Amino acid sequence: MSTLVFLEHHEGELQKDSLGVLGKAAQLGDDVSALIAGSGVEGLAAQAARFGASKVYLADDPALAAPLPQPRVDVAADLIRRHGFDTVLFGATVLTADVAAGLAARLDAGLNWDLVELTQENGKLVGKRPALDDTVYVDVGWKSEPRLALIRTGTFEPVESGGEAGVEQVDVQLQDFSTLATMVEQAHEESEGPSIEEADVIVAGGRGLGGPENFALIEELAKALGGAVAATRAVVDAGWYPYSAQVGQTGKTVTPRLYIAVGISGAIQHKVGMQGSSVIVAINKDPNAPIFEYADLGVVGDLHQIVPKLTELVNAKNAAHFPRG
Amino acid sequence: MDIPPIESGAGMKIAVCAKVVPEQARRIDPETKRLDRSGEQTLNPFDANAVEEALRLKGDDAGAEVVLVSLGPERSLDALRKALAMGADRVVLVADEAAAGADLILFGQQANDSDGAVMWAAVADRLRRPLISQVAELTVSDGTLRGKRQTEFGYDVIEAPLPVAVAVSDAINEPRYPSLKGIMGAKKKPQQTLSLSDLGVDADRAGEAGSRTEVYAIGEPPPRGETQRIDDDGTGAEKIVEFLLERKAL
Repeated sequence: MSTLVFLEHHEGELQKDSLGVLGKAAQLGDDVSALIAGSGVEGLAAQAARFGASKVYLADDPALAAPLPQPRVDVAADLIRRHGFDTVLFGATVLTADVAAGLAARLDAGLNWDLVELTQENGKLVGKRPALDDTVYVDVGWKSEPRLALIRTGTFEPVESGGEAGVEQVDVQLQDFSTLATMVEQAHEESEGPSIEEADVIVAGGRGLGGPENFALIEELAKALGGAVAATRAVVDAGWYPYSAQVGQTGKTVTPRLYIAVGISGAIQHKVGMQGSSVIVAINKDPNAPIFEYADLGVVGDLHQIVPKLTELVNAKNAAHFPRG
Repeated sequence: MDIPPIESGAGMKIAVCAKVVPEQARRIDPETKRLDRSGEQTLNPFDANAVEEALRLKGDDAGAEVVLVSLGPERSLDALRKALAMGADRVVLVADEAAAGADLILFGQQANDSDGAVMWAAVADRLRRPLISQVAELTVSDGTLRGKRQTEFGYDVIEAPLPVAVAVSDAINEPRYPSLKGIMGAKKKPQQTLSLSDLGVDADRAGEAGSRTEVYAIGEPPPRGETQRIDDDGTGAEKIVEFLLERKAL
């Protein structure tokens, strides 16, 4: 297997999902190459090597500064054709989904998406894909090469192997149509506290909170637990909480150790974003809320009573563990 | 969300690439390992957002045209007629080549049967058009489309000249319900069916034969542990703490 992993980066850091896929590829194959496309990205090569790349291709060009997919399709297609990679892997994001799909068209290649596992079976690469709202798991494969795959967010943990890699600059030649779309503005919200994708504990609020002011209850509990605050699509759309905290199908996929869902009914669109959490606790006044089907502990009751009390108990525990003075 | 007026989208030709999906009781046929499409069919709900946005852009401009482009068997027309009833002008059933002459090629954010969210980037590449995906707000002005979208990191604003391929998020609008008049009128609107050979596409390049991916097996999802549910009798918070300690989650 000769595998290329497309590595996404943001603000000078390779993304965790990209590194996780890189580690998985290194575990499956012999030599794993990585492609880093951007402007001023030379410094990222060493990090890629530490997480499993034995060769790093750098496409470093001001034309690649904005995170837009089409110039990246051009760069990746050239590289894949030149080196004949048989497998090309992506950690799925808004950007990489468009890069992978564009590449599938350009290279006339098969693309499997939303994979949660990759294995070699009798020399054949097999992907596992949840389908129909995760009610079935489908084993999928490819009939031709290169095999393209998008891996679901949060699937593979990065593994630091501490290696070194040869680094090669690649020529950046772009198609005329690839540069027509331009980034005119980027607004990146800085959220307070740990980002929800990295957080060990998440307290999430939904429409059941009743209003944006009640997110204070969620924030206090999260603070007591040393965790991050998340929100459902419904409340983000309603403007109660910023998008950066959105969990679910159109938001982030999170896999914390503990996920506390407050006032969240738990429709499938939300479930797909958080079902990988180790322990799920749900508080909701509706006994028929779907979230009770998959919460490890469900409490049917009034969140306005339960949440402040819970915060108080957790704070008391913290004080007992870390006495002041 | 404020929707700014369109300054000059006049006479625009908009193609909406739509999928027809099973209406309910979605199941995979264990024999063929493919989705059972034998029951009632419907317009992919996410594509209704693309139709709605196309109709908004068209407004009352009689020179503009909204053309629905889809791929599927003849009976897909029944489901596609919903878009005509919403107000789209005509349907062309078969392939994306039919969208080649459009100023704007619109997509919904995903198919709700396969959860695929990949068509627009592939079509944009084949048609050599600029691409903007996940658009939650869009305007067209002086031949340039501007789209605002959500990513994992915040909001992007991206511009591209027409003709352009755009995938809209389902947060962009609330699709209208077809009126009774619309439903009646939909039957009379042009509905053109093209075969693969009409388009000069070899049969072995399409459908399952042309697919570059395959399904080996269908399995069960991994089991989750036991779930327990309690009614809060005033000790709910204490019970949560006990549970978390027991699970070493605190």
